[in-house]
Amino acid sequence: MIDLVHLYRAQFKTTIAEQFQYRGALVIWLLGLILEPVIYLSVWSAVARSQGGAVDSFTAADFAAYYLIAMMVDHAGFTWVMWEMEFWIRQGNLSPLLVRPVHPIHRYIANNLTFKLLTFVVVLPVVLVLALVFRPNFTITAASALAFAPALILAMALRFALEWTIATAAFWVTRVNAINQLYFVAFLFLSGFAVPLPLLPGPVQAVAQWLPFYRFLGFPVDVLLGRLPTDQLLIGFGAQVAWLVVALWLLNATWARGVRQYSAVGA
Amino acid sequence: MTSTLPDFAAPAIRVRDLRKSYMVPERESGLRASVRSLWNRQTREVVAVGGISFDVAPGEIVGFLGPNGAGKTTTLKMLSGLLYPTGGEATVLGHTPWQRGKAYLRQMTLVMGQRNQLVWDIPVSDSYELNRAIYRIPDAEYHETLAELRDLLDLGPLLTKPARNLSLGERMKCELGGALLHRPRVLFLDEPTLGLDVTAQRRIRAFIAEYAERHNATVLLTSHYMADVEALAARVIVIHHGTLLFDGVLAGLVARFSPHKLLTVDLEHPVAGLERYGEVVSIDDVRVTLRVPKGSAAAATARLLADLPVADLSVTDPPIDEVIDRVFSADEEPEVPASADEALVTTA
Repeated sequence: MIDLVHLYRAQFKTTIAEQFQYRGALVIWLLGLILEPVIYLSVWSAVARSQGGAVDSFTAADFAAYYLIAMMVDHAGFTWVMWEMEFWIRQGNLSPLLVRPVHPIHRYIANNLTFKLLTFVVVLPVVLVLALVFRPNFTITAASALAFAPALILAMALRFALEWTIATAAFWVTRVNAINQLYFVAFLFLSGFAVPLPLLPGPVQAVAQWLPFYRFLGFPVDVLLGRLPTDQLLIGFGAQVAWLVVALWLLNATWARGVRQYSAVGA
Repeated sequence: MTSTLPDFAAPAIRVRDLRKSYMVPERESGLRASVRSLWNRQTREVVAVGGISFDVAPGEIVGFLGPNGAGKTTTLKMLSGLLYPTGGEATVLGHTPWQRGKAYLRQMTLVMGQRNQLVWDIPVSDSYELNRAIYRIPDAEYHETLAELRDLLDLGPLLTKPARNLSLGERMKCELGGALLHRPRVLFLDEPTLGLDVTAQRRIRAFIAEYAERHNATVLLTSHYMADVEALAARVIVIHHGTLLFDGVLAGLVARFSPHKLLTVDLEHPVAGLERYGEVVSIDDVRVTLRVPKGSAAAATARLLADLPVADLSVTDPPIDEVIDRVFSADEEPEVPASADEALVTTA
């Protein structure tokens, strides 16, 4: 355990040094990360205003609160492993990581968390400025904030495990772009990102409830804003845990098989 | 870390009938073939390593020779745990490599290409710090090893530079340093001097020899440069088309695969009609080099001395490069075929 702490600390330092080498790229990444929810927010605010102030139960201020929280949840959870893994495998860059006495996932987790710590310094003031512009209706209570912490941690873990699992497809498929694309379309519409879940048509909502996407984006947002009754809250946590178990099991299985399959091309 | 008492009688590396084949997609060129391949995908099995066996004793340095595609790198990748074999078995330091146990990975290193150990954008010493954490190297040992490596490889001025600002030779030195920080007992080196100038090659070579001796490390090394192998390895293993062609001392390779000797004769004055004594390789005024079948070298020498005004004469083996080249470029079976079993006997 202590060794793992050492490893993460060393990896943190490395990543910070690396990221500062690419300040430009960092800013562009961040811009994309911030722009996407801002676009949804602007569109939905406009729709709300044109419909006399609200879409269903969402007022423009509710949309603002929803999307500003969603921006932070998305930021906390997003990974880029689905692109990186393909690159690692096709170029053979995975090889040096595989012959080290540490699972490559640790390097990735440390990298990912460091990147987020660095970028959060930018995301937070952006959220504050946007709050001044869009005047959100934050319906946060002490209880909802308390429930948000585990919801967010589970969301991050779930998204991480799921995207790693999908990324392992690159062991078998040379071009994973089609799979990635499919995943992101599903994520966009079923997670509550493009459209908050209550605004989706009934059957789609039902499907989204059963799939993992909403559990790692819309659900933590709804928890923090206190939009869910207790039974939905409990079902939500249960679904998060269940999906996390499934995702971790899948990740283990596909990784073990993928590594056997790995042909260590190139270096 | 689990540690057992080393068994000195046991080989460090033990390989038995190790095999690896790949399924590769195959189709003819042309539009029709590519459309057909949509539903009828043809694959072909390519045998990279077709069943090789050998042992390497602790502390031994073995050169692994073979042309491109012979299966050298595939074998190294299997022994370092990177690839699962299709068949056969191997143990390295008592571990099955492809189980990738941490206890095993901590004791070995694989140097392959020049972008393994170093993080591209940060100073070399920071990459080393990361390795220190990955391999859990205790403080005292780390500083001691680092000082030793800095000394042997002359790393001092390089440690503070980001890897991307290093020249190829500098980077290779730093790669090697990073790969050895945890003092591995087994080293798999794939072309460690590739692309380096002669001075850098010599330096790396000397370093590998020094490291192996100091730490009684077992080294399996592939190289295209015969000089690497001649300088480092008393023993060579030759593989070709995925099978073991020869395993023994370097001189034995020449004896086995070269059916010729070279006679270099210094004459007192130029003479015509030298073809009678053997195949003329070169004539440079009074110095003549002849190639003669090994069996008749003695007789040819006697005739030369009897017939001609010889000032000096020497009988040598052809250069090792030439022998190797001859073995690999022959499409037919080598002139003195050796089965894997026979070859293993030569090692003893």
